[in-house]
Amino acid sequence: MNTILIAIGVLLAIAMIFTAMITIHVKRPAVAMLAAGMISLFASIMFLLLAAPDVAMTEAAIGSGLTTFLLFFVLGRVRGYDDEAE
Amino acid sequence: MIRRFSVLILLLALGIIFANLFIGYTPDTELNQTARYYAEHTASDIGATNIVTAIIVTYRGLDTLGEVTVLFLTAAIIGLVLSQGNKPSSSLQRQLPASGELLTTGSRLLVPLILLLGAYVFVNGHLTPGGGFQGGAIIASAALLLLLTDPLYRFSRRLITIIESISGLFFIGLGILGILLAGGFLDSRVLPTGELGSLFSAGLIPIIYSFVGLKVGAEFTSMLGNLAETEKS
Repeated sequence: MNTILIAIGVLLAIAMIFTAMITIHVKRPAVAMLAAGMISLFASIMFLLLAAPDVAMTEAAIGSGLTTFLLFFVLGRVRGYDDEAE
Repeated sequence: MIRRFSVLILLLALGIIFANLFIGYTPDTELNQTARYYAEHTASDIGATNIVTAIIVTYRGLDTLGEVTVLFLTAAIIGLVLSQGNKPSSSLQRQLPASGELLTTGSRLLVPLILLLGAYVFVNGHLTPGGGFQGGAIIASAALLLLLTDPLYRFSRRLITIIESISGLFFIGLGILGILLAGGFLDSRVLPTGELGSLFSAGLIPIIYSFVGLKVGAEFTSMLGNLAETEKS
Protein backbone atom coordinates (compact mmCIF):
# COMPACT_ATOMS: atom_id res chain seq x y z
CA MET A 1 0.00 0.00 0.00
CA ASN A 2 2.69 2.40 1.04
CA THR A 3 4.88 1.63 -1.96
CA ILE A 4 1.91 2.21 -4.28
CA LEU A 5 1.36 5.63 -2.72
CA ILE A 6 5.03 6.52 -3.12
CA ALA A 7 4.96 5.34 -6.74
CA ILE A 8 1.90 7.49 -7.46
CA GLY A 9 3.60 10.44 -5.77
CA VAL A 10 6.76 10.07 -7.85
CA LEU A 11 4.68 9.72 -11.03
CA LEU A 12 2.75 12.88 -10.13
CA ALA A 13 5.97 14.77 -9.48
CA ILE A 14 7.39 13.72 -12.86
CA ALA A 15 4.11 14.68 -14.55
CA MET A 16 4.19 18.09 -12.84
CA ILE A 17 7.74 18.80 -14.00
CA PHE A 18 6.84 17.64 -17.51
CA THR A 19 3.75 19.89 -17.62
CA ALA A 20 5.81 22.80 -16.32
CA MET A 21 8.27 22.29 -19.18
CA ILE A 22 5.34 22.27 -21.64
CA THR A 23 4.06 25.52 -20.11
CA ILE A 24 7.38 27.22 -20.64
CA HIS A 25 8.27 25.90 -24.07
CA VAL A 26 5.01 25.80 -25.97
CA LYS A 27 4.33 28.64 -28.42
CA ARG A 28 0.53 28.96 -28.27
CA PRO A 29 -0.67 30.82 -25.14
CA ALA A 30 -3.87 28.77 -24.85
CA VAL A 31 -1.93 25.50 -24.57
CA ALA A 32 0.43 27.05 -22.02
CA MET A 33 -2.53 28.17 -19.89
CA LEU A 34 -4.10 24.72 -20.00
CA ALA A 35 -0.79 23.17 -19.00
CA ALA A 36 -0.45 25.63 -16.11
CA GLY A 37 -3.90 24.57 -14.93
CA MET A 38 -2.84 20.94 -15.21
CA ILE A 39 0.10 21.60 -12.86
CA SER A 40 -2.36 22.82 -10.23
CA LEU A 41 -4.56 19.80 -10.81
CA PHE A 42 -1.62 17.43 -10.29
CA ALA A 43 -0.59 19.44 -7.22
CA SER A 44 -4.07 19.10 -5.75
CA ILE A 45 -3.96 15.31 -6.26
CA MET A 46 -0.58 15.38 -4.54
CA PHE A 47 -2.07 17.25 -1.57
CA LEU A 48 -4.85 14.66 -1.42
CA LEU A 49 -2.26 11.88 -1.29
CA LEU A 50 -0.48 13.72 1.53
CA ALA A 51 -3.77 13.65 3.53
CA ALA A 52 -4.55 17.36 3.21
CA PRO A 53 -7.99 17.45 1.52
CA ASP A 54 -8.66 21.06 2.57
CA VAL A 55 -5.53 22.34 0.84
CA ALA A 56 -6.29 20.12 -2.15
CA MET A 57 -9.72 21.72 -2.45
CA THR A 58 -8.29 25.25 -2.35
CA GLU A 59 -5.66 24.35 -4.93
CA ALA A 60 -8.24 22.78 -7.25
CA ALA A 61 -10.71 25.66 -6.89
CA ILE A 62 -8.31 28.60 -7.12
CA GLY A 63 -5.18 27.28 -8.82
CA SER A 64 -6.77 25.12 -11.45
CA GLY A 65 -10.28 26.61 -11.70
CA LEU A 66 -10.27 30.35 -11.14
CA THR A 67 -6.75 31.10 -12.42
CA THR A 68 -7.19 29.17 -15.65
CA PHE A 69 -10.59 30.75 -16.27
CA LEU A 70 -9.16 34.17 -15.53
CA LEU A 71 -6.20 33.69 -17.86
CA PHE A 72 -8.53 32.65 -20.68
CA PHE A 73 -10.78 35.60 -19.95
CA VAL A 74 -7.82 37.98 -20.23
CA LEU A 75 -6.60 36.19 -23.36
CA GLY A 76 -10.00 36.73 -24.97
CA ARG A 77 -9.76 40.42 -24.15
CA VAL A 78 -6.26 40.76 -25.57
CA ARG A 79 -7.27 38.95 -28.75
CA GLY A 80 -10.26 41.24 -29.13
CA TYR A 81 -8.00 44.28 -29.08
CA ASP A 82 -5.69 42.67 -31.61
CA ASP A 83 -8.57 42.14 -34.01
CA GLU A 84 -9.66 45.72 -33.59
CA ALA A 85 -6.21 47.07 -34.34
CA GLU A 86 -5.85 45.16 -37.57
CA MET B 1 27.83 31.15 -21.29
CA ILE B 2 28.54 32.56 -17.83
CA ARG B 3 24.82 32.97 -17.30
CA ARG B 4 24.13 29.36 -18.20
CA PHE B 5 26.92 28.26 -15.91
CA SER B 6 25.56 30.24 -12.95
CA VAL B 7 22.07 28.85 -13.55
CA LEU B 8 23.53 25.35 -13.56
CA ILE B 9 25.38 25.99 -10.29
CA LEU B 10 22.22 27.41 -8.70
CA LEU B 11 20.22 24.34 -9.77
CA LEU B 12 22.92 22.06 -8.42
CA ALA B 13 22.98 23.86 -5.07
CA LEU B 14 19.19 23.67 -4.81
CA GLY B 15 19.35 19.98 -5.71
CA ILE B 16 21.92 19.32 -2.98
CA ILE B 17 19.82 21.20 -0.40
CA PHE B 18 16.67 19.26 -1.25
CA ALA B 19 18.55 15.95 -1.40
CA ASN B 20 19.93 16.62 2.07
CA LEU B 21 16.45 17.40 3.34
CA PHE B 22 15.10 14.21 1.78
CA ILE B 23 17.89 11.98 3.11
CA GLY B 24 17.64 13.42 6.61
CA TYR B 25 13.88 12.92 6.73
CA THR B 26 12.56 10.51 9.32
CA PRO B 27 8.78 10.23 9.70
CA ASP B 28 7.40 11.00 13.15
CA THR B 29 5.90 8.03 14.93
CA GLU B 30 3.58 10.21 17.02
CA LEU B 31 2.03 13.67 16.79
CA ASN B 32 3.86 16.56 18.40
CA GLN B 33 2.42 18.30 21.44
CA THR B 34 0.30 20.95 19.68
CA ALA B 35 -1.07 18.54 17.10
CA ARG B 36 -1.91 16.01 19.78
CA TYR B 37 -3.83 18.60 21.76
CA TYR B 38 -5.92 19.51 18.72
CA ALA B 39 -6.48 15.88 17.72
CA GLU B 40 -7.61 14.89 21.20
CA HIS B 41 -9.64 17.91 22.24
CA THR B 42 -11.42 19.07 19.07
CA ALA B 43 -14.23 16.54 19.15
CA SER B 44 -15.03 17.04 22.83
CA ASP B 45 -14.42 20.82 23.09
CA ILE B 46 -15.66 22.19 19.78
CA GLY B 47 -17.73 19.32 18.41
CA ALA B 48 -16.40 19.56 14.86
CA THR B 49 -15.49 16.45 12.85
CA ASN B 50 -13.09 18.38 10.64
CA ILE B 51 -10.17 19.37 12.87
CA VAL B 52 -8.81 21.82 10.27
CA THR B 53 -12.01 23.85 10.38
CA ALA B 54 -12.02 23.88 14.18
CA ILE B 55 -8.49 25.27 14.13
CA ILE B 56 -9.22 27.85 11.42
CA VAL B 57 -12.48 29.17 12.86
CA THR B 58 -12.11 28.75 16.61
CA TYR B 59 -8.58 28.07 17.86
CA ARG B 60 -6.99 30.46 15.35
CA GLY B 61 -10.04 32.57 14.59
CA LEU B 62 -8.16 35.85 14.82
CA ASP B 63 -5.81 34.75 12.01
CA THR B 64 -8.83 33.98 9.84
CA LEU B 65 -10.15 37.47 10.53
CA GLY B 66 -6.77 38.79 9.38
CA GLU B 67 -6.92 36.71 6.20
CA VAL B 68 -10.41 37.94 5.39
CA THR B 69 -9.21 41.51 5.99
CA VAL B 70 -6.26 41.02 3.63
CA LEU B 71 -8.60 39.66 0.96
CA PHE B 72 -10.95 42.61 1.48
CA LEU B 73 -8.04 45.05 1.11
CA THR B 74 -6.93 43.29 -2.07
CA ALA B 75 -10.41 43.55 -3.56
CA ALA B 76 -10.60 47.22 -2.58
CA ILE B 77 -7.19 48.02 -4.07
CA ILE B 78 -8.00 46.18 -7.32
CA GLY B 79 -11.21 48.17 -7.56
CA LEU B 80 -9.32 51.40 -6.89
CA VAL B 81 -6.56 50.73 -9.44
CA LEU B 82 -8.89 49.52 -12.18
CA SER B 83 -11.31 52.40 -11.75
CA GLN B 84 -8.50 54.90 -12.45
CA GLY B 85 -9.13 56.41 -15.84
CA ASN B 86 -12.20 54.27 -16.32
CA LYS B 87 -14.67 56.02 -18.56
CA PRO B 88 -18.42 55.58 -18.14
CA SER B 89 -18.78 52.00 -19.19
CA SER B 90 -21.80 52.31 -21.48
CA SER B 91 -20.11 54.59 -24.00
CA LEU B 92 -17.21 52.27 -24.66
CA GLN B 93 -18.84 48.87 -25.12
CA ARG B 94 -17.46 47.07 -28.11
CA GLN B 95 -19.23 44.43 -30.10
CA LEU B 96 -17.90 41.05 -29.12
CA PRO B 97 -18.36 37.85 -31.09
CA ALA B 98 -21.13 35.69 -29.65
CA SER B 99 -19.89 32.87 -27.47
CA GLY B 100 -20.41 29.34 -28.67
CA GLU B 101 -23.58 27.33 -28.27
CA LEU B 102 -21.75 24.74 -26.18
CA LEU B 103 -20.52 27.33 -23.67
CA THR B 104 -23.91 29.06 -23.41
CA THR B 105 -25.92 25.88 -22.85
CA GLY B 106 -23.27 24.34 -20.64
CA SER B 107 -23.07 27.37 -18.38
CA ARG B 108 -26.86 27.46 -18.05
CA LEU B 109 -26.68 23.90 -16.78
CA LEU B 110 -23.55 24.28 -14.67
CA VAL B 111 -23.88 27.66 -12.94
CA PRO B 112 -26.69 26.63 -10.54
CA LEU B 113 -24.91 23.36 -9.78
CA ILE B 114 -21.61 25.14 -9.07
CA LEU B 115 -23.39 27.64 -6.80
CA LEU B 116 -25.03 24.73 -4.97
CA LEU B 117 -21.67 22.97 -4.56
CA GLY B 118 -20.12 26.16 -3.17
CA ALA B 119 -22.91 26.59 -0.64
CA TYR B 120 -22.66 22.91 0.30
CA VAL B 121 -18.92 23.21 0.85
CA PHE B 122 -19.10 26.15 3.21
CA VAL B 123 -22.20 25.05 5.10
CA ASN B 124 -20.63 21.64 5.76
CA GLY B 125 -17.22 23.10 6.59
CA HIS B 126 -17.21 21.59 10.08
CA LEU B 127 -18.02 18.08 8.83
CA THR B 128 -16.22 17.58 5.53
CA PRO B 129 -13.02 19.02 4.06
CA GLY B 130 -13.39 22.53 2.76
CA GLY B 131 -15.02 25.60 4.18
CA GLY B 132 -15.56 29.28 3.69
CA PHE B 133 -12.58 30.08 1.52
CA GLN B 134 -12.98 27.08 -0.75
CA GLY B 135 -16.75 27.54 -1.03
CA GLY B 136 -16.30 31.23 -1.79
CA ALA B 137 -13.82 30.44 -4.54
CA ILE B 138 -16.23 27.89 -6.04
CA ILE B 139 -19.04 30.49 -6.03
CA ALA B 140 -16.74 32.99 -7.71
CA SER B 141 -15.90 30.45 -10.41
CA ALA B 142 -19.63 30.23 -11.17
CA ALA B 143 -19.63 34.02 -11.55
CA LEU B 144 -16.62 33.75 -13.84
CA LEU B 145 -18.43 31.19 -15.99
CA LEU B 146 -21.28 33.69 -16.39
CA LEU B 147 -18.75 36.32 -17.47
CA LEU B 148 -17.16 33.92 -19.96
CA THR B 149 -20.52 33.26 -21.56
CA ASP B 150 -21.46 36.92 -21.77
CA PRO B 151 -18.52 39.30 -21.30
CA LEU B 152 -20.90 42.23 -21.04
CA TYR B 153 -22.80 40.69 -18.13
CA ARG B 154 -22.72 42.96 -15.09
CA PHE B 155 -23.17 41.85 -11.51
CA SER B 156 -25.25 44.10 -9.32
CA ARG B 157 -22.64 46.08 -7.45
CA ARG B 158 -25.12 47.01 -4.77
CA LEU B 159 -26.00 43.40 -4.02
CA ILE B 160 -22.32 42.45 -3.78
CA THR B 161 -21.58 45.36 -1.43
CA ILE B 162 -24.56 44.53 0.77
CA ILE B 163 -23.65 40.82 1.00
CA GLU B 164 -20.03 41.62 1.74
CA SER B 165 -20.68 44.25 4.41
CA ILE B 166 -23.39 42.25 6.15
CA SER B 167 -21.30 39.09 6.31
CA GLY B 168 -18.27 41.03 7.54
CA LEU B 169 -20.32 42.73 10.25
CA PHE B 170 -21.90 39.43 11.32
CA PHE B 171 -18.50 37.72 11.40
CA ILE B 172 -17.12 40.31 13.81
CA GLY B 173 -20.40 40.57 15.72
CA LEU B 174 -20.45 36.82 16.34
CA GLY B 175 -16.83 37.06 17.44
CA ILE B 176 -17.74 39.72 20.01
CA LEU B 177 -20.67 37.57 21.11
CA GLY B 178 -18.03 34.96 21.91
CA ILE B 179 -16.34 37.40 24.33
CA LEU B 180 -19.63 38.08 26.08
CA LEU B 181 -21.09 34.57 26.27
CA ALA B 182 -18.13 32.18 25.98
CA GLY B 183 -14.39 31.95 26.43
CA GLY B 184 -13.14 34.76 24.20
CA PHE B 185 -13.14 36.46 20.80
CA LEU B 186 -14.54 34.15 18.08
CA ASP B 187 -15.19 31.33 20.55
CA SER B 188 -17.75 29.13 18.82
CA ARG B 189 -19.26 27.68 21.98
CA VAL B 190 -21.97 30.34 22.21
CA LEU B 191 -24.43 27.78 20.90
CA PRO B 192 -24.37 24.23 22.28
CA THR B 193 -21.88 21.97 20.50
CA GLY B 194 -24.62 19.48 19.75
CA GLU B 195 -24.29 15.97 18.42
CA LEU B 196 -20.94 15.20 16.79
CA GLY B 197 -21.33 14.91 13.02
CA SER B 198 -24.75 16.49 12.51
CA LEU B 199 -25.26 19.64 10.44
CA PHE B 200 -26.37 21.82 13.35
CA SER B 201 -23.45 21.15 15.62
CA ALA B 202 -20.09 22.64 16.60
CA GLY B 203 -21.66 25.80 17.98
CA LEU B 204 -21.20 28.86 15.79
CA ILE B 205 -18.77 27.29 13.30
CA PRO B 206 -21.25 26.61 10.45
CA ILE B 207 -22.74 30.10 10.81
CA ILE B 208 -19.38 31.89 10.94
CA TYR B 209 -18.02 29.84 8.05
CA SER B 210 -21.11 30.52 5.95
CA PHE B 211 -20.56 34.24 6.42
CA VAL B 212 -16.87 33.85 5.57
CA GLY B 213 -17.89 31.92 2.43
CA LEU B 214 -20.37 34.59 1.35
CA LYS B 215 -17.81 37.32 2.00
CA VAL B 216 -15.02 35.58 0.09
CA GLY B 217 -17.36 34.79 -2.79
CA ALA B 218 -18.58 38.40 -2.94
CA GLU B 219 -15.02 39.73 -2.84
CA PHE B 220 -13.79 37.47 -5.65
CA THR B 221 -16.88 38.28 -7.70
CA SER B 222 -16.36 42.01 -7.24
CA MET B 223 -12.72 41.62 -8.36
CA LEU B 224 -13.86 39.78 -11.49
CA GLY B 225 -16.58 42.34 -12.11
CA ASN B 226 -14.06 45.17 -11.82
CA LEU B 227 -11.75 43.38 -14.21
CA ALA B 228 -14.56 42.86 -16.70
CA GLU B 229 -15.70 46.47 -16.53
CA THR B 230 -12.31 47.94 -17.32
CA GLU B 231 -12.31 49.10 -20.89
CA LYS B 232 -9.01 50.86 -21.07
CA SER B 233 -7.95 51.81 -24.54
